[in-house]
Amino acid sequence: MPTSARDIGRLFLPLVGVVLIGVIWFVASRSVPDLPSPMKTWTESKSYVLQPFDKRGEMDQGIGRLAYYSLVRVSKGFLLGIALATPLGLLLGLSPMLHRMFDPAIQILRPISPLAWLPLGLVVFRKSEPAAMFAIAVCSMWPTVINSAAGVRAVPQDYWNVARVLRLSRFATFTKIVVPATLPYIFTGYRLSLGIAWLVIVASEMLTGTPGIGGFLWQEYNSLIYAHILLAIITIGLIGFALDRLMGLAESRLRAV
Amino acid sequence: MAFIDVSSVSKTFRTDRQQRCVLENVTLAVEQGEFVSIVGFMGCGKSTLLSIMAGLTRPDAGEVRLGGEIVRGVPPKTAIVFQNYSLLPWLTAIENVHLAVTAALPAWTRQRQVDQARAYIGKVGLASAAHRRPGQLSGGMRQRVAIARALATQPDVLFLDDPFCALDALTRATLQQELAQLCAAEERPVTTLMITNSVDEALLLSDRIVPMTHGPRATLGRPVAVAIPKPRTFAQLVHDKEALQSRAHVVESLTVSVRRPRHPQLAPPPIGDIGLTAVRLRARGATAGQVPNRGEA
Repeated sequence: MPTSARDIGRLFLPLVGVVLIGVIWFVASRSVPDLPSPMKTWTESKSYVLQPFDKRGEMDQGIGRLAYYSLVRVSKGFLLGIALATPLGLLLGLSPMLHRMFDPAIQILRPISPLAWLPLGLVVFRKSEPAAMFAIAVCSMWPTVINSAAGVRAVPQDYWNVARVLRLSRFATFTKIVVPATLPYIFTGYRLSLGIAWLVIVASEMLTGTPGIGGFLWQEYNSLIYAHILLAIITIGLIGFALDRLMGLAESRLRAV
Repeated sequence: MAFIDVSSVSKTFRTDRQQRCVLENVTLAVEQGEFVSIVGFMGCGKSTLLSIMAGLTRPDAGEVRLGGEIVRGVPPKTAIVFQNYSLLPWLTAIENVHLAVTAALPAWTRQRQVDQARAYIGKVGLASAAHRRPGQLSGGMRQRVAIARALATQPDVLFLDDPFCALDALTRATLQQELAQLCAAEERPVTTLMITNSVDEALLLSDRIVPMTHGPRATLGRPVAVAIPKPRTFAQLVHDKEALQSRAHVVESLTVSVRRPRHPQLAPPPIGDIGLTAVRLRARGATAGQVPNRGEA
């Protein structure tokens, strides 16, 4: 029966992939002296995973607690980023002149690494927390800017004609036509932005040494507890995956309209 | 001066490489309360003319006056039904109508606006589908919503841009009859200008039919009056002598304009003895020509 065979494939093939990667990891740990094997990683990380909200010290906390700090920091930076990026993107989409004026600058700012922005943030804000927020916001905002602008430019001529026939004011045209028509594009931007914000968190926590999943990773490297590096890496990946799925869900609900 | 007065309007579309004169020296007068149809072949420039009359496009030369005022931008108390419905997909059927009502009649109370939207959704027979989004409606239902949206704003002038051309033949016939009844049922006379490529549709609805010559450089032919009491039905038109005569006049002026084109290389070759048939065949042939791609894949 082809359907059940496909169901089995859908369930088991991803598992097979994960197991295969585990095997590669195991084999690699045999040949690289300092790389902990999967089993060693588990035994050394057990307490962090099984008591995820324990707090034993500044950096010695359960993985759930560390992830929570990081998520709060990312949320702040991400929200600041999209709060700036959404209006900016809509504006660039509405005005061809502004677009021509700022597009080259955006294309130059976009590829700058978080590692480059963070020291600038530290210089300007003198504290690690606002500096981290600044780095996350400024790195993650570009996909939202670009997508919102593209969304506005993609509003079909038909809808503009509706606005003209109904003689809607500029404001009503914006709220009743432009924003709803652009919303799916904006959310695609948010999804990409959140992905970048999560990438930046590790770098910014490493450099500022603040408690969180990235700060933990860097500290455990310095304390030579290499199994915890792998624990942090896996956690970062799982959380990033979950965030992307959540945003994808929101996005597809919008697209269904 | 007539209520709508189109005088010597010309329009040329320019791209980097070429320019195409779509309309040349078009003149037309429409009286208040009159229903005028402009009949012509696909792509002859009728939609451009309507777009200019409705203030969506600026003419290169000439002017359009509505009630004595020169048209610049869409005038107030004007409604347009577009070919492709142009409903907002994130609003339900009734919300689409309601948005138009609130925009057109801002002085009304909220309750009266809601009632107006509901009444017109009911008039086009969509009361049970009022809360569905356009994506969940068939083409015919969408165009019903678009008609409700236009009439609910209580327009003085209604422009219909080939409103039924995207529909299948059966739905088209039903909707045409319904529109005839709706127009007859309106309390105030609405001056209506319809663009169509169907002579029968024009006969069903119009007081006057104006044939449009085949573009480029399209101009209007001699208007044909249709003196049959309204609302009419298709069944009635088939046997009515007056209707048959008007039909013959329109078809003749259209086919003559095809047979003696000013630009022979651009005019379609007359396949049948009626030009309209010829063009429809050609249009289908053009889409059929793309099929081999699918065959290769």
